[in-house]
Amino acid sequence: MLAYTIRRVLMLIPVLIGMSLITFSIIHLIPGNPAQTILGEQATPQAIEQLEEQLGLNEPYFVQYGEYMMSLLQGDLGQSLRTNADITNEMWPFLAATIELTLFAMIFAVVVGVNAGIISAWKQNSIFDYTSMLIALIGVSMPIFWLGLMQQWIFAQELGWFPAFGRGNPRDPVETVTYFYLVDTLLAGRPDQFFTSLGHLVLPGVALGTIPMAIIARMTRSSMLEVLRSDYIRTVEAKGIHHLSVVYRHGFKNAVIPVLTVVGLQTGTLLGGAILTETIFSWPGIGRYVYEAIGTRDYPVIQSGILVIAFMFVMINLIVDLLYSYIDPRIKY
Amino acid sequence: MTEPVLNVEGLRTHFFTDAGEIPAVDDVSFYINEGEVLGIVGESGCGKSVTSLSVMGLVPNPPGKIIGGTIDFRHSGGKVEDLRRVSGRRMRQIRGNQMAMIFQEPMTSLDPLYKIGYQITEGLRRHTKMNKKEAHRKAVDMLKIVGIPRAEQVATEYPHQLSGGMRQRVMIAMAMACDPELLIADEPTTALDVTIQAQILELMKKLNKEKGTALMLITHDLGVVAEMCDRVVVMYAGKVVEEGDVRTILKHPKHPYTQGLIRSLPKMSEREERLYSIPGTVPKPGSIKDGCRFAARCPHTFDRCVEETPELLPLAEGHACRCFLYDSLEGGGAHDRSTTAEGH
Ligand SMILES: Nc1ncnc2c1ncn2[C@@H]1O[C@H](COP(=O)(O)OP(=O)(O)OP(=O)(O)O)[C@@H](O)[C@H]1O
Ligand SMILES: [Mg+2]
Repeated sequence: MLAYTIRRVLMLIPVLIGMSLITFSIIHLIPGNPAQTILGEQATPQAIEQLEEQLGLNEPYFVQYGEYMMSLLQGDLGQSLRTNADITNEMWPFLAATIELTLFAMIFAVVVGVNAGIISAWKQNSIFDYTSMLIALIGVSMPIFWLGLMQQWIFAQELGWFPAFGRGNPRDPVETVTYFYLVDTLLAGRPDQFFTSLGHLVLPGVALGTIPMAIIARMTRSSMLEVLRSDYIRTVEAKGIHHLSVVYRHGFKNAVIPVLTVVGLQTGTLLGGAILTETIFSWPGIGRYVYEAIGTRDYPVIQSGILVIAFMFVMINLIVDLLYSYIDPRIKY
Repeated sequence: MTEPVLNVEGLRTHFFTDAGEIPAVDDVSFYINEGEVLGIVGESGCGKSVTSLSVMGLVPNPPGKIIGGTIDFRHSGGKVEDLRRVSGRRMRQIRGNQMAMIFQEPMTSLDPLYKIGYQITEGLRRHTKMNKKEAHRKAVDMLKIVGIPRAEQVATEYPHQLSGGMRQRVMIAMAMACDPELLIADEPTTALDVTIQAQILELMKKLNKEKGTALMLITHDLGVVAEMCDRVVVMYAGKVVEEGDVRTILKHPKHPYTQGLIRSLPKMSEREERLYSIPGTVPKPGSIKDGCRFAARCPHTFDRCVEETPELLPLAEGHACRCFLYDSLEGGGAHDRSTTAEGH
């Protein structure tokens, strides 16, 4: 297990190098003169020259890449052209907001999706099975912006149960340490604020989690149906073990691998694709941060955003792979 | 006279499929006495597995369902319960505790994700008051009893690290862990190679002798029957066609099907050119409505065989046969026919 983990982590090195190469090249893929394009038509030659200097565009490619790598390894993503701030510092609150939302959405999706899938498979062809699979079918085909707007209308505007916008009360901030509001409010000893932040997560989290939930429910069901028919499940039943233990401990554990794959993929998709939800719910996340950078041609920010999202994708993959081999003793690479 | 541990009367288990209703087990009755080894023999598809799954309450539902009969199980205290009538909860208390089963497929019958030790202790902890440590010690002991070398080590291994023979031993250890009164073994050696087969059978015989566990041994190998069993039930297409003690069945079989089965055994002494095999194939369950199900393949078929359905007739103490050849209605002819039938 340990040896495998180390090998698997070492295998990341070429992937990460490839990733950095791609994000590095983005700026050079701009047709014509990058500095000119970034600054626009009316830029003075001096301004262009200064920007080229700042971005190191005059150096040979390999020197540029070397410098880029060196700063990346030190956790330095460069400066924003628009604000001149360190991107690493500037981006973190946005990234934390996205991670918090994504985790909330995925926890919702996994808890609901997995259990619905398990019960549907266990009680195959029951009313529960038909209803939850119908909901799942609607869930996967639902346009997310429509779902978000409907939720806002019903649960925020009409019923007033949950707030529709933002992350929390801006007039009563707690000290931000991690920028995960759920963590920060607890660190500050403010359970009231914790629940406010949690309330803000509900609508965007559910909107974001609906499609993954539906996909997870369907995958869990089909995987469980196959497992529940297998000989070893019959053996467990022959031992007189309780249903719940048969279904969850033996059934679900054997059915979990394809589900885990889907959870990993969906988490990655949410991290990178939350922009729509973030816009609808005014969620100050990484999607909006990068989107605004595109509007102002802030290339270093765009590069960093892509790099960070890709990096998280790779990390999720790593975690999923390690979980595979942790769960299934037959998996040895 | 000892009371039977298990007494099955008129068991009917049908499968309700898109292709129609399949009477996989159709009015089957048999009993097993304490400490006895009962063999159930018959060709593939005759309903042996479904019979044993019915007793265990493990018929896959849907599509299967027990639609008739009683399954009386006698506890060591003497209390008799009809397993068809008990609650699911009660059934789970009996299953794996007083009654256990070993399956046909050792390669796939163990959960691949749990260690051998855990899979044995799981049942122990469910049915006894043992704590984790005691259960583990008992599991290791069981592994030793079934002849697994390095038992301590094997308990910490996963099923894929063991051979088929080892896995079947583990299954036996698991089934015997709670000291059941009845062990059902569904073709426990079919998937194993010959030398391992002999070892596994010997092991089960030993456990039967030492612990007095009644054994219901399902097989289509008459050699195994001769070696292991006290009594035999012969099944054909979902029905019992003959039953009796092992000597009678093997030496003086009455039903033409049983006779055919025995004739098709390879014999060391006689060098026949070709092995005998019963002509034709087993009919699909449910395809024959009236008449004897064996009629189409039987060398002695006469009119009555296709018109009426024969009953299981007692021939002698503990010996019964489902065949018109022995029906007294046929008058004096019965005797002649029986000798002809036996003459083959
Ligand atoms: N899950 C099922 N669905 C539909 N029909 C079934 C199912 N299981 C068994 N049957 C039917 O029951 C009949 C008896 O099957 P069973 O498994 O008891 O045979 P068997 O005597 O154990 O044969 P074998 O020696 O091959 O194990 C089969 O012919 C089949 O038609
Ligand atoms: Mg079978």
